[in-house]
Amino acid sequence: MRTRTWAPYALIAPTLVLMAVFLVYPIGSVVYYSLQRYNVTQPWKNGWAGLDNFKQMLFDDPLFWQSLAFSAKWVFVEVGLQLLLGLVLALIVNETFIGRGMARALVFSPWAVSGVLTTGIWILLLNPSTGIFQQLSQWGIGSPGTSVLGNPDTVFDALVVTELWRGVPFFAILLLADLQSIPKDLYEAASVDGASRWRRFTSVTLPHLKDAIILSTLLRAVWEFNNVDLIYTLTGGGPANQTTTLPLYVARQAVDSHNFGYGSALTVAGFLILLFFSIAYLRLSKFGSRA
Amino acid sequence: MTETLTRPPVDTPPPPRPTKRRRRAVAEEPGKPWMIHVPLVLYLLFTLIPFYWMLVFAVRPSGSTQLVPWPISLEHFDTVWNDIGFGIFFYNSVVMGLGVLVFVTILSVMGGYALARFKFRGQRVFLLAMLCSQFIPGAMMLIPLFVIFKGLGLLNSLTGLIIAEVAFQLPLSLILMSGFIRNISVELEEAAMVDGCSRLRAFFAVVLPQLKPALVAVGSFAFIGAWNQFLFALMFATKQDKFTLPVGLSYTLGEFNTDFGALAAGGVVAAVPVVLVFAVVQRFLVQGLSAGAVKG
Repeated sequence: MRTRTWAPYALIAPTLVLMAVFLVYPIGSVVYYSLQRYNVTQPWKNGWAGLDNFKQMLFDDPLFWQSLAFSAKWVFVEVGLQLLLGLVLALIVNETFIGRGMARALVFSPWAVSGVLTTGIWILLLNPSTGIFQQLSQWGIGSPGTSVLGNPDTVFDALVVTELWRGVPFFAILLLADLQSIPKDLYEAASVDGASRWRRFTSVTLPHLKDAIILSTLLRAVWEFNNVDLIYTLTGGGPANQTTTLPLYVARQAVDSHNFGYGSALTVAGFLILLFFSIAYLRLSKFGSRA
Repeated sequence: MTETLTRPPVDTPPPPRPTKRRRRAVAEEPGKPWMIHVPLVLYLLFTLIPFYWMLVFAVRPSGSTQLVPWPISLEHFDTVWNDIGFGIFFYNSVVMGLGVLVFVTILSVMGGYALARFKFRGQRVFLLAMLCSQFIPGAMMLIPLFVIFKGLGLLNSLTGLIIAEVAFQLPLSLILMSGFIRNISVELEEAAMVDGCSRLRAFFAVVLPQLKPALVAVGSFAFIGAWNQFLFALMFATKQDKFTLPVGLSYTLGEFNTDFGALAAGGVVAAVPVVLVFAVVQRFLVQGLSAGAVKG
């Protein structure tokens, strides 16, 4: 089957064209724009800017640092909790019990729901006058009029829980897929040797899941870093920019201010940060080294 | 946890992955029932209460506070479908979802087959480029894509949205699909070719029938992704008759702050198709991932 032929090139040609036009070229132009003064509302000022955009970003823009810090906090908390809960959920629905297929379909279903829709659902649920807290207070639990989204002390927790609702299922799906590829005889062998349940988990399950855990935390971290729809629609980055992530700040610069040059510089920074942490993470976790 | 068992260490080297047994879940012997059921029920509550809350708001009349709505009223659906335009948004979302599904599936089968069955110059570079594309923030693509779309006259068109979404989804789908094709044994295909089949005919007669679960997984993945695409749709569709459901819903969030019924009904319209699709295909999804993506 390994003959020299034009066939593979013909097969990947459409993909190559699409990627070249809509992925590679845009990345190149973002880098180019980042070195330009490029603002649609002030075309007379446009032109070569050199590293000015980056200087402004690093030295004169507290909002850049603030959004970066919030992004880091968001990714760390969100991915950590998703890994923990996703692993537990995957282990549960990997067990054999009656109604497992149904249970899987139900607990995984929020993943199919979009960020905006998730927001809509949770706004209904968290609304102070008609939401779940109002209902609970009628039953004597908590106080009426609790507003978790309007309160700066609780808005972060509300965001985290909302994103967990649709994020944990996907983590669980990825880990479940890998759990299912563990040969059963490994457990039988461990059982024969008298390994406890916990012992079988730490000595058989976890080592086997290692690669999947590394890859899925990395994927999730990148996705959560880049996540815009949920935060954009839930808080719009507020109150007082407290929940503005870096991509949200980029989108605001591009869409609202039409400041394409500066927005591009911010995205280049974001891309470099992602790349740096991804490589560091893969190195530290020794991913793929056992081959 | 660092002491080793008396058996040879189980973590290195990895045992060969079972290929035939994939359909059957490989689980440990059942644990104590409460260890499964208590957390499962708790998690089910966390999952389902928000869905239920939306459903209740959607079907009870404005002003009602019943927790079990009866009689059911469809007034909110009438409002969002006809007055706000969710009928049009729904149509746009369906067109976009199906368009992306068709193109992503076909192109990822083509490319996946090339990666799985041929060795060609530039293969590693191609694969690396596709992996790297996963690190590109969607927000990062907004500015240049906007400029490109404007130049191509693709703003405010479903075609443009479909192309952008296909380009964005294709790399991961293609990797998944090639993993799947690699898992299909090559012998039958070779036998068919020895018997005089062309490669193309061998593909349709031998490979394609075995690819069904992968097609379902990749296709539904693509559909769900497209159905939920927000950023591109928000940016590239500014005219209301080109809105998709997420964009329509985001405007409803802003405009109808007080009309929770309309918001909930719009949410149900957006959620039902995609949740149904998901419920039907989720087991293929798990299979597809375990074959292709997780271990690349």
